[in-house]
Amino acid sequence: MADITASEIPAGGLVTSDGRPLKTALADAQARAKRRAFLLVAPLLVFVVVTFIVPIGQMMHQSIYNDGFSANMPRITAWFAENPIGTEPDETAFEALALDVRDSAAAKTIGVVGTRVNYEMSGTRSLFTSTGRKAKDFSEPYHEALRAADAKWDNPELWATMRQVSRAYSPNFFLAALDLTRDTQGNIVRVPEERQVYVNLFIKTFGLGLLITFTCFLLGFPIAHLLAILPLRWSNLLMILVLLPFWTSLLVRTTSWMVLLQQQGVLNSLLVWSGIIGDDGRIQMIYNQTGTIIAMTHILLPFMILPLYSVMRPIPPSYVRAARSLGATSWTAFRRVYLPQTLPGIGAGSLLVFILAVGYYITPALVGGASGQLISNLIAFHMQDSLNWSLAAALAALLLAAVLVLYWLYDRLVGIDNLKLG
Amino acid sequence: MSVSHNDAYVAFEHVQKSYDGVSLVVKDLNLNIGKGEFLTMLGPSGSGKTTCLMMLAGFETATNGEIKLDGRPINQVPPHKRGIGMVFQNYALFPHMTVGENLSFPLEVRGMGKSEREAKVKRALDMVQMYDFINRRPAQLSGGQQQRIALARALVFDPSLVLMDEPLGALDKQLREHMQFEIKHLHESLGITVVYVTHDQGEALTMSDRIAVFNDGRIQQLAPPADLYERPDNSFVAGFIGENNKLPGIIEELSGDKALVRLATGEVIDATAVNVTQKGQKTLVSIRPERVEFKPEMMPEGAHMIGADVLEVIYMGDILRAVLRVAGSDDFVMKMRNTQGQTRLTPGQKIRVGWHPQDARALEPM
Amino acid sequence: MKKLLILSTALTGASFAANAQEVNVMSWGGAYAVSQVEAYHKPFTAATGITVVSIDADNPATPIKAQVEAGNVTIDVADVEYADAIRLCDEGLLEEIDMAMLPPAPDGTPAAEDFLPGAVTDCAVSTIVFSTVFAYDTTKFPEGPTTMADFFNMEKFPGKRGMRKGAKANLEMALMADGVPAADVYATLETPEGIDRAFGILDKIKTDTIWWEAGAQPPQLLADGEVAMTTAYNGRIFAAAVAEGKPFGTVWDGQVYEYDLFVIPKGAPNLEAAKQFITFATDTQRLADQAKWIAYGPARKSSGALVGMYQDGKTEMAPYMPTSAANLTNALASSYEFWVDRDTELNERFNAWLAAN
Repeated sequence: MADITASEIPAGGLVTSDGRPLKTALADAQARAKRRAFLLVAPLLVFVVVTFIVPIGQMMHQSIYNDGFSANMPRITAWFAENPIGTEPDETAFEALALDVRDSAAAKTIGVVGTRVNYEMSGTRSLFTSTGRKAKDFSEPYHEALRAADAKWDNPELWATMRQVSRAYSPNFFLAALDLTRDTQGNIVRVPEERQVYVNLFIKTFGLGLLITFTCFLLGFPIAHLLAILPLRWSNLLMILVLLPFWTSLLVRTTSWMVLLQQQGVLNSLLVWSGIIGDDGRIQMIYNQTGTIIAMTHILLPFMILPLYSVMRPIPPSYVRAARSLGATSWTAFRRVYLPQTLPGIGAGSLLVFILAVGYYITPALVGGASGQLISNLIAFHMQDSLNWSLAAALAALLLAAVLVLYWLYDRLVGIDNLKLG
Repeated sequence: MSVSHNDAYVAFEHVQKSYDGVSLVVKDLNLNIGKGEFLTMLGPSGSGKTTCLMMLAGFETATNGEIKLDGRPINQVPPHKRGIGMVFQNYALFPHMTVGENLSFPLEVRGMGKSEREAKVKRALDMVQMYDFINRRPAQLSGGQQQRIALARALVFDPSLVLMDEPLGALDKQLREHMQFEIKHLHESLGITVVYVTHDQGEALTMSDRIAVFNDGRIQQLAPPADLYERPDNSFVAGFIGENNKLPGIIEELSGDKALVRLATGEVIDATAVNVTQKGQKTLVSIRPERVEFKPEMMPEGAHMIGADVLEVIYMGDILRAVLRVAGSDDFVMKMRNTQGQTRLTPGQKIRVGWHPQDARALEPM
Repeated sequence: MKKLLILSTALTGASFAANAQEVNVMSWGGAYAVSQVEAYHKPFTAATGITVVSIDADNPATPIKAQVEAGNVTIDVADVEYADAIRLCDEGLLEEIDMAMLPPAPDGTPAAEDFLPGAVTDCAVSTIVFSTVFAYDTTKFPEGPTTMADFFNMEKFPGKRGMRKGAKANLEMALMADGVPAADVYATLETPEGIDRAFGILDKIKTDTIWWEAGAQPPQLLADGEVAMTTAYNGRIFAAAVAEGKPFGTVWDGQVYEYDLFVIPKGAPNLEAAKQFITFATDTQRLADQAKWIAYGPARKSSGALVGMYQDGKTEMAPYMPTSAANLTNALASSYEFWVDRDTELNERFNAWLAAN
């Protein structure tokens, strides 16, 4: 706490006894230490950049970039660039298209082109591949040749779509991820109702995430409290029980819920045996939303308990005692004194559970049935089944953005320094 | 101050407490505390004093016996209905509330109106000279300041009984002594009853009207500070309070409370019999170092003096402390005031020491 | 972009140089993979000394794109469906297969004429014809459902249903259940009304349906009592019913059959061994042998005559084959042209339909 007033500092700053500026001297003195520190963390930095930042960057890039059309159809792409929207395709355009299709077919990339167009306009994939097979015999006039190969080449909607996909960078995948599309004039419109899926699924994912966070809180709070007040040897034993699921494969935990909850499962059989329900009244507890909620609450519970416990353990019992001695009932003492002090743990646990919940994939896939699917299951679907990686990337980017917004909101409302992970 | 059963404000009647059902941490406690009294429970850790305080506050239940407050049994009354103010060892100020909110809390839970609350909070903070800190949070205060706030909070709802559980333990010596004075002052000006728990005998002697010395789940002695210091009832109290010389011996003669004790080396000394009952009994004679005399002119007529070797003399500023070999034990301590012209002893010197018979207390060995 | 991808993949997932005396075959797992191991892998290893590693996947077509694009191919041979084979081939993700490398029939008929029509494409060779049928628990329905329409009839046949999570085969079956003749199914599905009609039929059982993904799941769901009826690959039901004695009945009405094909991903680590394997596995005898283990029809005409008994030695295979005349009275050949084009759109629609409550 050196209170140096302005008058004590000479013009140009302090100097060392041998006349060097103090700032330079300090920087020199610390440079070596800084270099060593940097070298020490450099391997980690490289690791994080290569395995984390680069793939995420790639993913974000892929969500707006797809050169499946432009890279393989250079001539028609150039034609689209030269001619403004609304230009009727002329013979030059058809020539460019025909030669592109021919070359692309020869290079075995016509499927990639067709797939790219097919994302935007269903039913066009085979148009490209089948035309590609005939393309080596094409000759002038190319309009006639293409029309002879398939009459669909005259479809203005197809040309509008090709113009859109000829730009490697486009927001179309984000539009698709938000149930939006472009009409032939290029206006953004909603997709037909029967194909709207992502927005509702995002809402559902966040709703379920909230619900799972809340059930984790309801179950985790008393457990964490018990852990915090028990003598250490008992709480350590209990802690092992809390941590045990971590040492068990996720698949094993999820499938054991199947064994417990399915209609011919342990719980239903127990209920039938005890006469609470009839044999024909077995309850559907899995392969639906309920299954997702139960299994995910179980799997994510430790992530709520651990931060809560780490916050609760150091709270001395004297706070509640003080409140009681000051005239508060046990409920008031809990609500006004104990609970507020656990807020950093609640915040950390809830944020952790929520973020994990909205990104969870394997558990809803296994026990969620149709109604318990989350957005990540569709991301996986586009990664693995439909192979539309750009759309998967756009969905994932939206999920990431939503989580970041949430994090920002949390910081604004609660304060990120009020977060204690343990 | 002695208190009879009838006008006791707080009464422990045959209170016993066990945590494990095997052993007792509080064994048959009987204690009456008068209204307006400052009573200190003093003892080593594990002696049961804090347990007694917690039973009084309502955080522990008595296993057996009855605790009465103002004549009313309170065993079944939950802590928040007892109306007892309490100051905790670590202050227990609510960290998420400001000083003002901390003080307001007991008033709010009592459903008091806002203006009345503010007035009371102001009065309590003024009382500890902390009103300027009303908007601070506890973490922004020093230990001493937190201590004052904790005190103000325990007093703000006007309890007539305040419990303090080692409230000054975390403060440095100087601040502690200052706070002792302040607490004592508040006690006197407010006329409240205070039950104070500490393991610091100096604190207990300074502040209390009466001190209950706890050991092994029992009150060893209950007496005003001077009695406790000068007339310990047993060898535990004698050893626990202040410094004491202990000389083992056998009762040679016993008449009333006067006893002659023969020490191991064969010398005979005078002592006051406290809890020895017959001739030939083993005893431990306890003598305060500052009551030991080595100048024959200071001794009463006919009192015995015995030989001593000076082993070491330590200069301590206000006093001189001499370690002597007396009757075979070489840890016998004598304190001399460092007055002008005081005789300076040197190691190796042979002297004779003695004491007034009432200062040598023949106690039953533990 | 691609370089980056390769770099990060190379750094995160170590790729091991494969042993030359080994070929990795990815297939669908369960009873089907067992039949391939018995009919192809074991004899191949015995004949050539090359080890065959059998790998299971829900759909072996899916890892191919990721592996080829990342430049980290570990599969030598994959067993895929027709539409996937065409699509992957068009995108340049598969090695081409020369018809000349396939062995002729025992009587000398060249492979080109011996394989069923369309069974060999530029990049793929068919081994079997499999079918999506529906099966039921005979203890729950002793009389048994007999038509495709019964599958969607919740009043007459109450109980949970199982269906594959995806549009393919489900839409066709729904239309056939609604009375559309097999010949008109794809024409109907080309129209928006036809698609609405198919989803309208699926709506009837939506809330009572458990959606499966792996071919091994439906017999398990049926055995666990989780469902009363489920669509399934016919061979899986056959294996459970005949080999394990499960009380399952198969309904052939409205079956949707198609080829299963072997393909070689571009850049397969053991290309020569892979080709050798395909040549070996697709000869007349091997294809016929597979039918000893599972009820899938061989893709060669000359194999048909060699199909005899199931490996238990007492079960005649013919009634269990999708291609036997009795089972073809109301059957549909899956159209790869349709699915190559419509896969994206209809699966999107299917997902939307599934997610809507």
